[in-house]
Amino acid sequence: MKIGLFIPCFVNELYPQVGMATLRLLENLGLDVTYPLSQTCCGQPFANSGCESDVQALAYRFVDIFQHFDYIVAPSASCVVMVKEHYGAFFDDAHEGFAKVKSSIYEVCEFLHDVIKPETFNVSFPYRVGVHNSCHGQRGLNLASASELQIPHFSKIKNLLSMVDDVTIVELNRDDECCGFGGTFSVTEPELSAAMGNDRITDHLSSGAEVMTGADMSCLMHMDGLIQKNGQRLKVMHITQILAGEGV
Amino acid sequence: MKNHATLSAEFVKDSERMHWHDRALWYVRQKRDNAAKAVPEWEELRALASQIKAHTMENLDHYLETFEKEARKNGVAVHWAKDAEEHNRIVYEILAKNGAKKVVKSKSMLTEECGLNPYLERRGIEVTDTDLGERIIQLKGDAPSHIVLPAIHLKKEDVSAIFHEHLHSEEHNSDPTYLTGVAREHLRQKFLSADAAITGVNFAVSETGAVVVCTNEGNADMGVSLAKVHIACMGIEKIIPRMCDLGVFTRLLARSATGQPVTTYTSHFRKPREGAQMHVVIVDNGRSAILHEEDFARSLHCIRCGACMNTCPTYRRSGGHAYRFVIPGPIGSILAPLKQPDRYNDLPFACTLCGSCRNVCPVKIDLDHQLYRHRQEIMKRDVFKEKKRFMKWIARLMQHPMLFTLVGKTVRTIAPILPKSLLYHKKNVWGRYRQMPDFPKQSFKALYKKERNAKKQ
Repeated sequence: MKIGLFIPCFVNELYPQVGMATLRLLENLGLDVTYPLSQTCCGQPFANSGCESDVQALAYRFVDIFQHFDYIVAPSASCVVMVKEHYGAFFDDAHEGFAKVKSSIYEVCEFLHDVIKPETFNVSFPYRVGVHNSCHGQRGLNLASASELQIPHFSKIKNLLSMVDDVTIVELNRDDECCGFGGTFSVTEPELSAAMGNDRITDHLSSGAEVMTGADMSCLMHMDGLIQKNGQRLKVMHITQILAGEGV
Repeated sequence: MKNHATLSAEFVKDSERMHWHDRALWYVRQKRDNAAKAVPEWEELRALASQIKAHTMENLDHYLETFEKEARKNGVAVHWAKDAEEHNRIVYEILAKNGAKKVVKSKSMLTEECGLNPYLERRGIEVTDTDLGERIIQLKGDAPSHIVLPAIHLKKEDVSAIFHEHLHSEEHNSDPTYLTGVAREHLRQKFLSADAAITGVNFAVSETGAVVVCTNEGNADMGVSLAKVHIACMGIEKIIPRMCDLGVFTRLLARSATGQPVTTYTSHFRKPREGAQMHVVIVDNGRSAILHEEDFARSLHCIRCGACMNTCPTYRRSGGHAYRFVIPGPIGSILAPLKQPDRYNDLPFACTLCGSCRNVCPVKIDLDHQLYRHRQEIMKRDVFKEKKRFMKWIARLMQHPMLFTLVGKTVRTIAPILPKSLLYHKKNVWGRYRQMPDFPKQSFKALYKKERNAKKQ
């Protein structure tokens, strides 16, 4: 089983430790992982800003680079949603490469939970952890049941996290409220974006969380920036860092 | 003109009030969740409603004509209006013909959309909004900020001040029961002296020619039962095929809107009572054009429950007035740019694409997908040029991995040694409320390459 590791552009540049944690996590499970060096960006920032036409070349590149892997795995739900939901605009239904990519791309938690199904990670994390469900993970990839829907409750991230020793998962007041990052929304409506993020942080703090985690580094980057600026005591870690055995 | 970003920034500034607004609407969202949970077939009901709407829209001409025929048989006068102007003129002419000077009106977003109140007032007719929330904002000279809870932006203390000024209620008495009593007494006089009653329409049943109006206050019934003339105003999309379809929607409507199992009053108006008149004005006002827009036609399925507003994390924190359109929130952000593209082209971007609206919508409108499509359409036009150029430039850069690596490395090297005043220059909007991330020395790609090379040796 050959796995192509897809690392979002901003994670590559700003959060290399998250990329490394993802790589370790997969390799610790004995998986054969390759990071194709020519990858750049899936095009999500442009598409969500209404500039879909600028994405076409990036979509072709992406499919070209990743189509020969058995699985494509990424530590980002929103980038995976971009490929699965919005690349359709650039390929016709008969395009084999895209069909292959679309059916083999996974967010890393989804991949572990649904495909690999490990029984243990052999790691301990003795902290109180709040899970920030990113909207794209929650409602785009069904990483957890959305609170609006009347369907049985589940959370793939919490299932994985509960396999970590000594961890306490805290219950938030609003389980799947948006953090207000929203891509360029964070700079076109900065006050509103910050207000939403701060409310999300407050929910974690008042629920007694010491660590905030999640599957989307973009939400976490936004909230970590607010936490640092506010001088609050809440550590932000990507879920792969916890599952790979990193400490606080 | 101020855009959503500016107006929401103003709303957010009063943190206490913003959070009060957020909590008030979140409470309604939670009530909705509990009500939906109590219906085991909730998700099937939504799917069914969506299918009925899709079928009806595909056969709209047939169902509208059948409605007209049946309504006429019942002795109802049916009028067709192609736009707001024609709608207002028809209503005015009916009133003028009957010498009506005083009108009571129950809640109707359509008449808000058409600007009926100012049109009639300019012609010497007194219009009293009889829905309590609408009456509050009418007295204040304000606009509704929500379609179901039009005065949700006002606190009871605000209402007390408005009533004291206009209705001479006790100063500083903001007891809700007292204030409701004041409104009741005031409105009772208006009902008793009205010459005509205008209502909106929640559903128009094609096979029977009846219109159905849902209220919690009974104000539609009160108005219609007392006045000699009833004018019901409806958009063409309000039609449903059969009486037996109605239950699907009434089960969804109140639960989605306020978490009630059903509105207190679900009033069926089928024919004029002895000696009275009943008119139905059917309005297009741009709807049939939307019907031909492949990406946006489903926005016409909306039953105006307001659930998308209550759940929207940006609406809750920006208030409805930030949208500047008669219908705010997610559905308003779809409808407004269809109506006036240049005026409202900021609204589809006033959203994080979280998708919660799609999940609460009782008729399963793909609201977030439509907002995404709107963004694509807007950027094709000659707007936001600077942003477009910037996006194109970065997208080009991303086609060249070596260049991307070089630029990334340069930024990571320079940013940490910049003086704070430059790093947090006011042009860095990100840094206004957030600390910049620590710029790492090496990218993931560099670390990966180093590790793989070490393994090879």
